[in-house]
Amino acid sequence: MVITNLIKDIGSYFIMLKRVFSGFTKGSVLKELIFKEIDDLIIGSLGIVAFISFFVGGVIAIQTALNLENPLIPKSLIGFATRQSMILEFAPTFISIIMAGKMGSFITSSIGSMRVTEQIDALDVMGINSLNYLVFPKIVALMLFPLLIALSMFLGITGGYLAGVYGGFTSTGEFVAGLQDSFEPFHLTYAFIKTFVFAFILATVPSWQGYFMKGGALEVGKASTNSFVWTSVLIILSNYIITQLLLS
Amino acid sequence: MIRVENIHKSFEENQVLKGISTVFEKGKTSLIIGASGSGKTVLLKCLLGLFQPDEGTIYYEDKAIGIMDDEEHRELREEIGMLFQGGALFDSMTIEENVMFPLRMFTRQKKSEMLDRVNEVLARVKLENVNKRFPAEISGGMQKRVSIARAIVNKPKYLFCDEPNSGLDPRTATIIDNLIQEITHEYNMTTVVVSHDMNSVMEIGESIVLLKDGVLVWEGTNQDIFSTDNKDVTEFVYSSELFKKIREVQQKEG
Ligand SMILES: Nc1ncnc2c1ncn2[C@@H]1O[C@H](COP(=O)(O)OP(=O)(O)O)[C@@H](O)[C@H]1O
Ligand SMILES: [Mg+2]
Repeated sequence: MVITNLIKDIGSYFIMLKRVFSGFTKGSVLKELIFKEIDDLIIGSLGIVAFISFFVGGVIAIQTALNLENPLIPKSLIGFATRQSMILEFAPTFISIIMAGKMGSFITSSIGSMRVTEQIDALDVMGINSLNYLVFPKIVALMLFPLLIALSMFLGITGGYLAGVYGGFTSTGEFVAGLQDSFEPFHLTYAFIKTFVFAFILATVPSWQGYFMKGGALEVGKASTNSFVWTSVLIILSNYIITQLLLS
Repeated sequence: MIRVENIHKSFEENQVLKGISTVFEKGKTSLIIGASGSGKTVLLKCLLGLFQPDEGTIYYEDKAIGIMDDEEHRELREEIGMLFQGGALFDSMTIEENVMFPLRMFTRQKKSEMLDRVNEVLARVKLENVNKRFPAEISGGMQKRVSIARAIVNKPKYLFCDEPNSGLDPRTATIIDNLIQEITHEYNMTTVVVSHDMNSVMEIGESIVLLKDGVLVWEGTNQDIFSTDNKDVTEFVYSSELFKKIREVQQKEG
């Protein structure tokens, strides 16, 4: 029973994807929808992403500094650790998980409430492909998600620098030396490949949860919770798979 | 004119429509009445093509929707207006944007032409100075009017209404019913209204079909409905809750 339901669910997700990329909405309308999604999803997340990244970067620097009791380990490790944690995991993966909560529940509840109030039926009756109309602009908007992640990396490292230097744990020279220490450009490529995959998950999984929901206002709330679970589980699993494929 | 022939529709074990055949005529408001759960909305959604019937055929004029190609489907959709039970206005758009939506999607009119038409239909449903407001900011009755305006803005040949007066006070309900009927005559549309409200029957029942458990048990006009001795009709008409509603209307109208 659980297995057949799971297969049905996964099937409905792929059927949805197929329909999202067909029956395109009139270009001028679609363009407007895309800008609106960029505003809601990307611009609307700048503040929280900046805030979290800056302070987490600071905390990583302080934690690393406090654990550096052995005088043989150079202080530059603080810069190094901040850079590595921010670029490899914190910015791409953990910001995506946080966004699964923020953007994901926003997407599920807005599409879900359109479903329960028959706004989606209204689109369908007019002969508009509601999946293309609702989901495609979100996918396009989230192709800008890597910009948010880049901002997160930058502010995280800035936060680490300020906490390290102004907290008296390290000097500018040491921190910068750590940042430059054995830097592998491929790590950035890896991080942004992940980011694109997570962006696609963030746009489509919550849409799918909202679009196929049944019931009323109460169920919209439940769908948002489910959406967060599905989205974050898929992000964590794909993170594991991509890391295995690209880094090992 | 819309003709349905022997429509069957089930959801898994649940047989909802059990062979419905009837004709909805042009220039008339046809009512589909029946108790809750009798299959009215499902029949309407079959007419709209939102549900695929398991068996049977639906003809628009003389063309079965089953054999239409994509282009014909698209053309038909543009000729259909639909008024949903809750209004189904897009809550992210203003009233003006809601009403303009079908024009933007389906016509190549200039913004000013579209705006003129929007104001014309808003005036027709007696709504002025709400253009820039959002659906959540106006009353339920006003939302229904906007929804009617959106449904007729592109001059449809067919208008479908699901419980157009649910959630409205009896007086507003009557106004909405009458508006639908007047516009049907003005635009010479084929209008199908789903209702379980005896008030609607009295007001606009030019042509009525009664559904019971997915079976069409009676057809006629609101003249016939009080003279027939069909048991299903009398059971429906004289169920007490409906009578209460009629009394309410009469009291309100003094
Ligand atoms: N999408 C659906 N899936 C499964 N069953 C449905 C669906 N829509 C309606 N039904 C069932 O069809 C029956 C008739 O419903 P409906 O046509 O909505 O009644 P009403 O006459 O009140 O409009 C009900 O038993 C309902 O549960
Ligand atoms: Mg119904």
